[in-house]
Amino acid sequence: MMKTLFSPDGLVGLLFLFNLIVTLVGGIVACTAERLVRAVIGLVICFVGVAGIYYFLNSPFIAMMHILIYIGAVAVAISFAIMLAAPEEKMRLGPTNPISGPIGLITVLLLISGLVSLALKTEWTSVKKINDGSVRTIGIQLLTNHSMVFELISIVLLLAILGALVIARGGRED
Amino acid sequence: MPLLTLYDQLTTYLVIAALLFGMGVYGLITRQTLIGMLIAAELLLAGASINFMAFNRFTAPDPALGQIFTLFIMAIAAAEAAIGLSIVIAFYRHLKSIETADAAHLKG
Repeated sequence: MMKTLFSPDGLVGLLFLFNLIVTLVGGIVACTAERLVRAVIGLVICFVGVAGIYYFLNSPFIAMMHILIYIGAVAVAISFAIMLAAPEEKMRLGPTNPISGPIGLITVLLLISGLVSLALKTEWTSVKKINDGSVRTIGIQLLTNHSMVFELISIVLLLAILGALVIARGGRED
Repeated sequence: MPLLTLYDQLTTYLVIAALLFGMGVYGLITRQTLIGMLIAAELLLAGASINFMAFNRFTAPDPALGQIFTLFIMAIAAAEAAIGLSIVIAFYRHLKSIETADAAHLKG
């Protein structure tokens, strides 16, 4: 079915394309920017785009959680680490190894072309959904089918917080 | 216009995820600082999460399972970032540097 640009569906498609460009530009900035602060800003832009993609995949809840955890916690923690640990004169990356750029590019092009051809050539079949995937269903499943993983992940998070404090505190003079 | 219906196809999301994954691998190979490598690892995890969510939306019978998996990936990524950043800070306190080339104490 043809869709015109000025129908609601067409505008949604346009919004998705904009979202796509935001994600990819943010990702390119995050992995190539010369200064680490710019790389973090690129990461934040990329994560906003990824949250939009989750919204297009019928999951506003995961989109909100993504913004909350990645932009609200991880990106802020990384920028704190840059402020604490990156010395002023070394904010720029040093002279890069001359062969690492081309080797990285070749590896990544092979990887991406392999994954993309796999995605394009496979016939994906879909099956009938057995529930609606709402937040209510997620909550019920988290506390019934996946309760063991849920408890384990809380222990892992607790240990990660304690371990981060212990590692970051060791070696202080006072 | 086929461009405007891209958001309704599984392949689009798989290609985006592959591109993000590739950017993460490129960052891991070329970055000279530990924090830059952590940023690249976050891109890798975002690519993996998009794959899970795309298959969850288009092919999986239980649409709650992929979302739960993505939530667990987020928790693991937060733990990984906390531990990684504290290692970076400890490393900086010992060596006044965050470059990977200086982390050579265990070199034979």
